[in-house]
Amino acid sequence: MLPELGHFALVLALVLAALQAFFGIVGPALGRDRWAAATTSAVAGQFVMVATAVGILVYAFVNFDFSVLYVAENSNSALPLMYRIAALWGAHEGSLLLWIFLLAVWTLAVAIASRNLPERFAARVLGVLGVLSFGFLLFTLATSDPFRRLIPAAADGRDLNPLLQDPGLAVHPPVLYTGYVGLAVAFSFACAAMLEGRMDPDWARWTRPWTTAAWAFLTCGIALGSWWSYYTLGWGGYWEWDPVENASFMPWLVATALIHSLAVTEKRGLFKSWTLLLAILAFSLSLLGTFLVRSGVLVSVHSFAADPSRGRFILAFLGLVIGGALTLYAWRAPLLKSNAGFDLLSRESFLLFNNILLVVAAATVLGGTLAPLIADTFGQSSLSVGPPYFRPTFLLAVIPLLLLLSVGVHANWKRGHLEAAVRPLLVTLVVAGLLGAAVVFGAYGGRHALAIIGFGIGSWIILSSLLDPVDRLRRHLSLSRAVLGMTLAHIGLAVAVIALTGVESYTSESDIALAAGASAQVGGYDFKLIGTQPIEGANYNAIRATVIVTRDGQPITTLYPESRTFWVQQQTRKVAGIYNRHGTDLFIALGDDLGAGRWSFRAQIRPLITLLWLGPLFMALGGALALSDRRYRMARAAARAAPPGARGEAY
Amino acid sequence: MNPRFLVPLGAFAALVVVLAVGINHSHEVGVLKSPLVGHQIPDWELPVLTDPTKSLGSRDLKGQWYVLNYWGAWCYSCRVEHPTLLQAQREGRVQIIGVDWVADNPDENAAALEMLSRQGNPYRQVVIDRDGRTAIDLGIAQAPESLLVNPQGVIVYKEPGVITPEIWRREFLARLPPQSAVPVANAGGS
Amino acid sequence: MSDPALQARYQVLIHELRCVQCEDNSLADSDASIAADVRRQIRDMLNAGKSDREIKGYLVSRYSEFILFRPEYSWRNAWLWGLPLFLLIIGVVIAIRVIRQRVALVDNEDDADTSHT
Repeated sequence: MLPELGHFALVLALVLAALQAFFGIVGPALGRDRWAAATTSAVAGQFVMVATAVGILVYAFVNFDFSVLYVAENSNSALPLMYRIAALWGAHEGSLLLWIFLLAVWTLAVAIASRNLPERFAARVLGVLGVLSFGFLLFTLATSDPFRRLIPAAADGRDLNPLLQDPGLAVHPPVLYTGYVGLAVAFSFACAAMLEGRMDPDWARWTRPWTTAAWAFLTCGIALGSWWSYYTLGWGGYWEWDPVENASFMPWLVATALIHSLAVTEKRGLFKSWTLLLAILAFSLSLLGTFLVRSGVLVSVHSFAADPSRGRFILAFLGLVIGGALTLYAWRAPLLKSNAGFDLLSRESFLLFNNILLVVAAATVLGGTLAPLIADTFGQSSLSVGPPYFRPTFLLAVIPLLLLLSVGVHANWKRGHLEAAVRPLLVTLVVAGLLGAAVVFGAYGGRHALAIIGFGIGSWIILSSLLDPVDRLRRHLSLSRAVLGMTLAHIGLAVAVIALTGVESYTSESDIALAAGASAQVGGYDFKLIGTQPIEGANYNAIRATVIVTRDGQPITTLYPESRTFWVQQQTRKVAGIYNRHGTDLFIALGDDLGAGRWSFRAQIRPLITLLWLGPLFMALGGALALSDRRYRMARAAARAAPPGARGEAY
Repeated sequence: MNPRFLVPLGAFAALVVVLAVGINHSHEVGVLKSPLVGHQIPDWELPVLTDPTKSLGSRDLKGQWYVLNYWGAWCYSCRVEHPTLLQAQREGRVQIIGVDWVADNPDENAAALEMLSRQGNPYRQVVIDRDGRTAIDLGIAQAPESLLVNPQGVIVYKEPGVITPEIWRREFLARLPPQSAVPVANAGGS
Repeated sequence: MSDPALQARYQVLIHELRCVQCEDNSLADSDASIAADVRRQIRDMLNAGKSDREIKGYLVSRYSEFILFRPEYSWRNAWLWGLPLFLLIIGVVIAIRVIRQRVALVDNEDDADTSHT
């Protein structure tokens, strides 16, 4: 009974989304203000329906309703509560529902905040969001209904994929999807401006906080995914340039460019059509990611079960939505001219290079990811592209960008005026270089001397970013949250660069075979196997190894890597033993039983890896700080204080 | 309208075409196209499953058509394929040589013999690949995989997965000469 | 492996080659038995004095180019390897053109705002 209600709620949501799209887009186009006003009601209604559907599905999971096919395929009577809830997004149908739900949440948030926006513009934004909701709901109901019944009901479920039975599942997809879906807001703001045929002077200021928020979530989501695969996949890798990973990285790169382009548009009314294009591109890459994961088009460890008919549907949807937006762009963007100018070494100039390099980086990743497909189209069927391709080509675009960053933060708008910054920049450059050399030769004995470049670039960014804020604080001047946020985010990036340099250059890794009592040396640490014992968990049997780690005779820690075999699916998942010592991870994962009491292990020493998680955290915090800046809140207060009729402008 | 504003739309259209082609080929994604097809099978020689003192190799089979079928008792899909191979053997158009792939299973030898005696033996001869070197040399990626070899020793076809009756007809029988001159083998092992 | 130089080459090779049975893992990151067999094959070939090129060539002749994570440097793949540089050049050209345009416009204006933020 309840699942049918859930299905029905989705159908109602579909209808409401259609109304939302209709009222929001056709209303303002025909000048019907009452229709435009009705859009927010449709938004609220759609949200309630989608939330109801989600609630019903969660209820079905929590209460072991194996008459629902999706629950039967992804749950089990022995599955702990946390995973029963998280299993909601454990497979294709449920993760789509999560997408739809988050889209409804973002839309609701926009609707609430849009009381401060001109009515017709706001209606158009919500209307475009309605089109997106409609498409996803239609896709779900037509091909991927999570409420399909299993008749007769299964006696017990097939259990959640063991690889997913981990706390990481509880956080990574929701956070990541919040970011993905949030880019739809910037997309809708762009479409609304194009539908209007003009860009309000405040358009960039309205769009910016939404974009920064989505970007911050995406940053966290990607970092969480990386961290999760690091400790759960058993070989300690954190980024494989896998197609699905790339699918989340590309929107992030373009969203970063978008944030910076919005800054220029907000400040000087420049780059308007670039900003529109970036907003379209960022969300397009989000949609493309959704497509790649579900269509079976590419080989990936992360993909959901492949289904060509689903792939065709999403591709058609992609084609219509993005094609439509790009057609609007071709039609309206030429109208957005500006006659403002700027100097060669101005802030605008640096930001232009910044954005172009980010887009080049994203295009490089896209090219590499789709290369097997492209080659296939031209008859070359076995091309394969992996990290050895992505690493050098990605760095090609990114290293110039990182260098320009240190200089660019000091450039003034329009005129640049970098002369005053030349000396501090040179000084910080030298200091950064020395710091890099100190680390490489002092801590690592001069191995991998190229790491000086990575450490040097990271340090330079940090020092350079701090020059201005520190100077202002010294002179007892105030620092806006926008500037603080920007500084923190740039420092976060630098921290990540330093971490990557350290981890990639100085990781020690070894596959070792140990019998009880034996030990092996890896990266200066001694790993000694005490023994293994079988244990039983909530829904699995495991072998747990006890490994003592020492260095120069001093005991450091004891690690307990496990290999868990889940009862239902008989699949194995590794849980690594990790200990962090002054920023370095001591990592050991259990491998195979080699017979005669010997086991294989993978041991790694990963220096500076804590910074790899800290960097993105700083970036996201910086973004959060920036979007809470006074000027966004002041505008809201001013709008509320103005008399009611003042908001709507003459069209 | 300035044509450069149409560039994004044009680029996107090209992307959609590539993706559409990709969907149509998606059943082949990740399936290795063996570069050995159309070439001489690399020389191989492996001990016979029931009598390791004897061996069988590509040289012994020169001048005959044969299907080389890599399988293992540990392999679930191989059991799915088994009835099709039994039927093919009954029809007797071409002999099937089985290669028992030990992979890293310590009891494989015994398990394989047990499976053949319980479920029937479709193979004219069965050999055993203990260390996997021959598997690599023949470009075998997983089980089951099968090669169709002509009397000149050229691999004319490779099936990278389970042989269904449909695949047997369409890919294997279709490539044999009208009436293959291979004697209908006895049902027992080597 | 005993010789550190060979060990280093071995590590590079097993990270650059695909596990043929897995979805998207390298030989280094795979538990599959065939991956272990191919790793052993590589060790044997290294100890026998084969070059990296010969080892990769042998595996490609058996498993096709698909086994390489690093696409071959060949004329056929020139578009793939050339693409990043090509994109970078186009990007820089676009940037220069826009900047030129804007620098020409700036001289006609007053300099009201000269801040960082």
